[in-house]
Amino acid sequence: MFDDRSPIYLQIADQIKNDIVTGALAEDEQVMSTNQYAAFYRINPATAAKGFAQLVDEGVLYKKRGIGMFVSPNARELLRGGRRDAFFADVVDPMIAEARAVGVPLSEVVRYIQKEEQ
Amino acid sequence: MNALEVRAENLTVRFGGVPAVDGLDLRLAPGKIHGLLGRNGSGKSTLAALLAGFRKPDEGQVLLSGGDLGAPRSPYEDAVVTSRICLIRESGDLYDQVPVKHVLGYAASLRPYWDHDLAGELLDKFEVPIGKKVQKLSRGKRSALGVVLGLASRAPLTIFDETYLGMDVPSRELFYDVLLADYAEVPRTILLSTHLVSEVSALLEEVVILDRGRLVTQAPVDTLRGRGASLVGPAAVVDELTAGLAVLAEQRLGGTKSVTVLGDLDEALLAKARSAGLEVGQVGLQDLFVHLTAPVPSKEARR
Repeated sequence: MFDDRSPIYLQIADQIKNDIVTGALAEDEQVMSTNQYAAFYRINPATAAKGFAQLVDEGVLYKKRGIGMFVSPNARELLRGGRRDAFFADVVDPMIAEARAVGVPLSEVVRYIQKEEQ
Repeated sequence: MNALEVRAENLTVRFGGVPAVDGLDLRLAPGKIHGLLGRNGSGKSTLAALLAGFRKPDEGQVLLSGGDLGAPRSPYEDAVVTSRICLIRESGDLYDQVPVKHVLGYAASLRPYWDHDLAGELLDKFEVPIGKKVQKLSRGKRSALGVVLGLASRAPLTIFDETYLGMDVPSRELFYDVLLADYAEVPRTILLSTHLVSEVSALLEEVVILDRGRLVTQAPVDTLRGRGASLVGPAAVVDELTAGLAVLAEQRLGGTKSVTVLGDLDEALLAKARSAGLEVGQVGLQDLFVHLTAPVPSKEARR
């Protein structure tokens, strides 16, 4: 589930963000409590709490006193905006590098993508 | 929260003149799950026995404080302190001529925070027969009984010293689940001594790494993840970029060199490494542990 090459609290935050971007977690939906989350993924509760606190700091989650934590109303748009900004650098550039390395002409890549548009 | 704070000052134990624990200074914050990691013979079990008051240090002292104890006290030959510490060892330390239910009776009379219902629930989960004599239990069930005693004691300092080695994988996973569940309900200071780093590390908040009786490092475990980096590429370039860094390990194959370093690499160095075509990778906790406790440290690591 989690790897030991980067802090688990960051991996938790990334996973919840991903659930929000894909729509698996809806806006204003309640997320698991840190103890539930810790039990479910078999991790230390303080680590889970740190991941959730990070998301509150970033405005992705908000707290309701005595009830729990919820997805912020604008969280999905906030996260999608960030991912769009990084899209070309993170996704397209490596694809171009790979295409060049294995000898796929970019014109062929463009044709392939254009088929998807139709 | 009824949790003990642990302090060790210049703690030293020698066996026939050879130090097993060697001038150790340590503090375990109350209410956290700490991991005690080290290779076989690194002093983990001796340290656990010292913290629990099972043996007297040759030098230095152990002080426990907080919870319902208040001011710092040494555990050795102090019945009030030791009733609040539960050390479960792999050997079990169990009186084995009697049925399991008698062992539970002793624990109940010795442990001020003993939870009878929890003990019953856990014995069911681990399928430990309470009518059987302890000596008739399999190794796995004996370990499970140790786990039950350790958790149901709800001791403000609970130490598991490789208790779960005799258990199979499903039983160990059950142990991790019940440990987290009961810790969430009644937070206390817990120390898990183990060399199953990859299996246990996610349960921990802090980690203590021992090597040859000395402290290698103590840190929040999450900060150690990603603390190590590996650089692979042409030997001359790798050497140039890693000069002055704490090198944990190096390997060479022809003109290619792979070096593992400790610490956060700064952006300038990373950019330089990438533009020189080096492969930069993160080193997992397990590998970091292996390098930090390597039998013969490379000369760079000793600097």
